[in-house]
Amino acid sequence: MRISLMTTCLVDVMAPDVARATVTLLERLGHEVVFDKRQTCCGQMHTNTGYYTEAAPVVRSFVDTYEPSLDSIDAIVMPSGSCAGCVRDQHQLVAQHEGDSELEERAAAVSAKTYELSELLVDVLKVTDVGAYFPHSVTYHPTCHSMRVLKVGARPVKLLRAVEGIEVRNLPESDTCCGFGGTFSVKNDATSDAMVTDKAANVVSAGAEFVVAGDASCLMNIGGKLRRNGAAPQSVHLAQILASTREEPFVPSQTILGRAS
Amino acid sequence: MSDWTDERPTRTPGVSAKDEILARVRSALAVPRRDEVTDAEDVPRAYQRADDKQEVSTDRGKVRDVLVQRLEDYTAVVHRTTADGAAAVIAEALGDAARVIVPPELPEAWTSSVTADVSQDDGTAGPRELDDIDAVLTGCHTAIALTGTLVLRADGIGGRRVITLVPDHHVVVVEEDQVVLGVPKAIERMAEDPRAAWTMVSGPSATSDIELSRVEGVHGPRRLDIVFIEPEPDPEAEAEAAVKKASARKPTAKRSSTNPTQEKTA
Amino acid sequence: MSTVDLGIPSIRPQHASPSSNLRGTQSFPDAARSELGDETLRGNLRHATATIQTKRASAVREVRDWQKLRNAGSALKWQVTDHLPELLEQLEDSVTAAGGVVHWARDADEAGEIVTRLALERDAQEVLKVKSMATQEIGLNETLAHAGIHAIESDLAELIVQLAGDTPSHILVPAIHRNRAEIRDIFLRSMPDIDPDITDDPAALAEASRRFLREKFLDLPGGVAISGANFAVADTGTMVVVESEGNGRMCLTLPRTLISVVGIEKIVPSFQDLEVFLQLLPRSSTGERMNPYTTLFTGVTEGDGPQEFHLVLLDNGRSAVLEDPEGRSALHCIRCSACLNVCPVYERTGGHAYGSTYPGPIGAILSPQMTGMHGPDDPNTSLPYASSLCGACYDVCPVKIDIPKILVHMRAEDVDQRRETSGQFRGTWDVAMKGASKLMSSPRAYDKAVRSAGPLSKVLPGDNIGKLPGMLPLVPGWTDHRDLPKPGTSFRSWWDARERDRAKNPDSPSSDSRTGGPDAAADGPATDEEQA
Repeated sequence: MRISLMTTCLVDVMAPDVARATVTLLERLGHEVVFDKRQTCCGQMHTNTGYYTEAAPVVRSFVDTYEPSLDSIDAIVMPSGSCAGCVRDQHQLVAQHEGDSELEERAAAVSAKTYELSELLVDVLKVTDVGAYFPHSVTYHPTCHSMRVLKVGARPVKLLRAVEGIEVRNLPESDTCCGFGGTFSVKNDATSDAMVTDKAANVVSAGAEFVVAGDASCLMNIGGKLRRNGAAPQSVHLAQILASTREEPFVPSQTILGRAS
Repeated sequence: MSDWTDERPTRTPGVSAKDEILARVRSALAVPRRDEVTDAEDVPRAYQRADDKQEVSTDRGKVRDVLVQRLEDYTAVVHRTTADGAAAVIAEALGDAARVIVPPELPEAWTSSVTADVSQDDGTAGPRELDDIDAVLTGCHTAIALTGTLVLRADGIGGRRVITLVPDHHVVVVEEDQVVLGVPKAIERMAEDPRAAWTMVSGPSATSDIELSRVEGVHGPRRLDIVFIEPEPDPEAEAEAAVKKASARKPTAKRSSTNPTQEKTA
Repeated sequence: MSTVDLGIPSIRPQHASPSSNLRGTQSFPDAARSELGDETLRGNLRHATATIQTKRASAVREVRDWQKLRNAGSALKWQVTDHLPELLEQLEDSVTAAGGVVHWARDADEAGEIVTRLALERDAQEVLKVKSMATQEIGLNETLAHAGIHAIESDLAELIVQLAGDTPSHILVPAIHRNRAEIRDIFLRSMPDIDPDITDDPAALAEASRRFLREKFLDLPGGVAISGANFAVADTGTMVVVESEGNGRMCLTLPRTLISVVGIEKIVPSFQDLEVFLQLLPRSSTGERMNPYTTLFTGVTEGDGPQEFHLVLLDNGRSAVLEDPEGRSALHCIRCSACLNVCPVYERTGGHAYGSTYPGPIGAILSPQMTGMHGPDDPNTSLPYASSLCGACYDVCPVKIDIPKILVHMRAEDVDQRRETSGQFRGTWDVAMKGASKLMSSPRAYDKAVRSAGPLSKVLPGDNIGKLPGMLPLVPGWTDHRDLPKPGTSFRSWWDARERDRAKNPDSPSSDSRTGGPDAAADGPATDEEQA
């Protein structure tokens, strides 16, 4: 299949290893990955902070980027539950707010081909064992928007359990929000801190080497807290684990907050 | 510091509060919503209603067992008996109560073995008088198995509401034909007389207001006994059930989809 | 906002009275900051919300048709909203026909006046109350106190709050912020005749409240009690009060006069519809199959219970909530409080931080709609932001109120309001969001910016960004608490380098796509061809 990678703005700048891992994984599975450099952002930050009018040009830019190639690609993949959720749930709302029914329609067409990584793998590419090798212990944080907006359910865990050598450990209170919430983490920083403090403590108590999730933003939050506390677990994206093989194993320094590159 | 003001809501002179509220609501609702208006017939009734297969065809014995189990979950004391044994069991359930009050139309047979001083409610006793009464004995209108709920109608059998409230011990007689499986069937029965004063009782008075830990016994009766009059066991059916039970040990027989104790969603 | 000509000159929906208990004095972040510092509070909340969440989950798991019940509950509430004027008139007719008297209160002040007048006319110096959100919202106890009438709360948690001179912090369990030791102290201070050796065992404390209130209840005949209602059935005029302790039954049964203050949204169309709500509410709320006591009464029953029944139908900002089609379903709330119990924000800040009678996720959408959001300094303007949008509230809502969606919608209302007010759209966030919007909708400029982020950040030491007070206006909120990864080589730069590599060596596609080969060299703007 021909898959267009929308890295998300955060990953492009702050966690490029996640996007590289996505490319590695999909190419290893025999698919062609394309990257459209006109891509910027899905507009989630603007939308969720209430700046619909400011989100609109970003959404339009997103639609302008992907709409022309809809016929030549099979899917758009985003390694982020919340960004894929924004495309699916909110782009049309933004268009409606602007009274732009044409954009609303175009956005719907783009959204119909947009998938979060675990959805793409399990639902579209019909694969759960991606042939990965990751001889480490991990604990999985499901991330709110993957769980409740996209409803990816057990897909990521199925993918993880199929990885050779991995040990998946239970994360206490896994379905509680990590406290990121986009601009919430700054606007309500004290509350957000209280939430991520508890999440980090739960990650530590899980006793795994890595905390894994499908959203770099949540991982940046949890990992940032762990790092600040000097705690051992490293944050790593699902794509990075799935990209890792015996031949080209994961390099521990490539975690969200510990890139070597 | 703050540069915001909160104004008193406007009231229109010469317009009644009712007319004004209705006009406000009409004006608000004039802004249409995205979806179609919902009318009564649009409400999806796919949940298990009174005529649901589970409600109408679940084995009565099972329904009774569920009721007993759920009543006991609420720490109510259940005495299972038959019509013949009822009088003795009622007397036993009332325990050492010296003074007992009953509603005016309670079957006399129910108190025939009671040694306590039984007074029939004549509608005059107030809470102070009732506070000196040890126990109240009433019938029941409907019992809901799945929730362990007793539905009392304020009538000659269920009693005035105050008599089942102030005395500290309540003994309720439940008869087999009053038992329903779920809430919808109970509401359907209540809907035959909706304007009656109804009290639904599920276990003794309780509170979870302190650290959300359930404590029993606050203002309502602290003791709740249920005398459950069940049909005389039919010896033939008994034998049949025993055979069924034996075969039920094989795994294939466990798939009873109407077993109400297995409500869990898949 | 629109007006409809009804022959009556421009009657518009109105916000709640300013005297209502619907707004605090501080913004949510400020109020939360001080609450978060209270370790005892944090412990109490954590313990209580964890307990109730577990209970609720098992009570709901038991019900095979739960999702279908939710669908029915949601649709019934939409039916009520869509047909509210007709249903209100039907309710009035039914209640009147059953011997009740219906009063209409436009706002908190009017409701207070009506109840006070009714109580004074009956020479009541003391009235007993059943826990009611509506009377808390309108500050009825204070209004009655001004008229010399003492209102006594009969619900245990409300009593704890009242005796402590405190305010409720939870819809179901108003004293959730207090633990048993604190409650024992409150009782010892304020209950005459209490056993000085009482322990902090909840059973002993409940017993103390029983003794304290028993005499009050037994004195009720001839008196006045005040309640709310969970449901008001339009077709029969039946009021439904759901409770646990029996204090509700006492107040609904013993007095001569009963006054129920009920919000106009509490309507259920038909008696039969109770089959849905009497399943949804107890399991969602206390996590029980059924609450201990539910009283259903219709007007006046001869020879049983109050011989005088007054129903006060309350607007107080509800019409304003209805005015917004995207936000009006906030009025569907049946006050089960499940959304509070699952909310990670509520669990940490508690209810007082919301400043309103209605705390938690539902409060964050309900209170600001009832009062209006009057600019950036209005504490209620901060409420729609008091959420990480995790969505747990929507999952548990028994009537499927899409709280996260409404929160975002209200944020947009706030931003739009500011945008439309000249001179107001220039706060830090406004400037930053406008700037980011411009950048993120200009692929070429954005591309340049992304590629330069890595090289720019190289001036900072280490792999990650630690504490950086004041470096960028929005970043300290993050870096006060957590590290931030330092931007390195962007993905797109690496991608370009790989593409170039591949172009040079078409036979050996990318040696190592994960770690990427050449990177620093790739930092530069994309060429025009690449962008086309």
